[in-house]
Amino acid sequence: MITLQKGPVHIGGITLHNHLILAAGVLGTTGASLGRMLRLGAGGVVTKSIGPEPKAGHSGPCLIPLNGGLLNAMGLPNPSRDYLDEITHLRDEPVIISIFGGTPEEFGEVASWFADTAVGFELNLSCPHAEGYGAAIGADPAIVRACTEEVAAYGIPTWVKLTPNVTDIGVIGRAAEEGGASAIVAVNTVRGMRISIDLRRPVLGNRFGGISGPMIFPIALRCVYDLYDACSLPIIGCGGVSSAEDVIEMMMAGASAVQIGSAVYDDIAIFEQIAASLYADDGLAADEIVGCAHA
Amino acid sequence: MHDGMPVVVTVREIIDETPTIRTIRFDHPFSIRPGQFCMVWAPGVDEIPMGYSSPDTITVQRVGEATAALTSLAVGDRLGIRGPFGNGFSPEGRLLAIAGGVGVAPLYPLAAAGVVETFILGARTAEELTFATPLAALADLRIATDDGTAGYHGFVTGIIDEEIDLSSYDTICVCGPEMMMKGILDRLDAAGIAGRGQFSLHRYMKCGVGVCGSCSIDPDGLRVCKDGPVFTGDQILNSEFGVYSRDASGRKKRP
Repeated sequence: MITLQKGPVHIGGITLHNHLILAAGVLGTTGASLGRMLRLGAGGVVTKSIGPEPKAGHSGPCLIPLNGGLLNAMGLPNPSRDYLDEITHLRDEPVIISIFGGTPEEFGEVASWFADTAVGFELNLSCPHAEGYGAAIGADPAIVRACTEEVAAYGIPTWVKLTPNVTDIGVIGRAAEEGGASAIVAVNTVRGMRISIDLRRPVLGNRFGGISGPMIFPIALRCVYDLYDACSLPIIGCGGVSSAEDVIEMMMAGASAVQIGSAVYDDIAIFEQIAASLYADDGLAADEIVGCAHA
Repeated sequence: MHDGMPVVVTVREIIDETPTIRTIRFDHPFSIRPGQFCMVWAPGVDEIPMGYSSPDTITVQRVGEATAALTSLAVGDRLGIRGPFGNGFSPEGRLLAIAGGVGVAPLYPLAAAGVVETFILGARTAEELTFATPLAALADLRIATDDGTAGYHGFVTGIIDEEIDLSSYDTICVCGPEMMMKGILDRLDAAGIAGRGQFSLHRYMKCGVGVCGSCSIDPDGLRVCKDGPVFTGDQILNSEFGVYSRDASGRKKRP
């Protein structure tokens, strides 16, 4: 297998310990949990998405494991501004603040709370199951551009996480680029649902949700591939990555780094496990393979 | 990742344990270790974590919307169960069990398995004592009530201080209100045997399978749903245990 050189990585204005980043919404409710994931080998971590007001999220069931994936509709639960206290002890670490809002102004307001301390922002323009937020606005290129401009104005690296639930993801990627994004994260969950046959009703409290995990890897890969052609920004591949081979494949499609989320379901030590087979002293520089499948 | 869709069960029996606590028996059993829990789905209401009180029962106290729905169920009603989840207790040697209120539920399977030597059962008042009759036949049962209407007049920690030599037990399994459990942890720590304590923790949970992070505890980020719900005393010394927890939004609150 192809291996990579070990060492710090610089992507989208942020310096990471390695190419493997903890994805937003997974084990990111508390600063202690993010700290644990960094100790367990994550090259960087993205927080739970923080919004303008505290939210309790949807009623349950909120997450259902499937064959080869997870279906969830958490409903963007978050403590809002109180989250500042969660991460003060992680000030020197690559902790990326995920933000959501319903308008560009709300994105800007949340960003302002963290502007003095954050190493970077990730804009959640892609959650598929929260009315008025996420993908509800992330499918509109004009709004994506406006939200990105609002946050990028703080002069802190701003990553934009995109939804795969659009006809042409390249258009949305270009809107983020025009708005001043420093990297694109692709992708958030694919919308879906399951129904309890016995109860004759959707199994999620919110009825609909988003699918993550290995079953969406080919979808995410295709989105990364399209964005590599459509944009010139670095891309962070996200969606079903659960092995070193998946990381290499994402890079060949055009990703400079990856995010990992659902794979913690099977093993919370997944970062160390992937790193053990991904990195070697005589490994390649990632640049040599990023986007190579486009030749 | 494999299919974890809720298993739909039918309520076969409802047992009134106390004026506020009911046991709900399902039409089929789950393969559990004592101390494990399930995510119970009251359709149209919510899904909440509940300890198994036996392979085919949960024992519920009415405290909120979801538990109100569960305690209002009738025989023949259906609900969804995901689980069993979590680690459960790891009994070894002489075993002391200490329960407060409905916290008796996940400890009861230990007693039913015949491994509990001494069982301290506490409740607010006599009529809130749960499983006292069967427990009397399964272990050396000591009872405490806050108002003195049955057994020792006071908290379970009072019985410990007056009647129990904690260091004579190899395992001390505890479930109940957090401040009660904290009182027991403090006593074990003072005796230098915090590691013999096994505490079943309760935290707000969303996923139940170790992914979302809503039940993570400070300062190590241990997940109550997956790394617990049972933690040894030395794991939770100097932690948020007994000091604060988080609500559904992740904001901190007093226990």
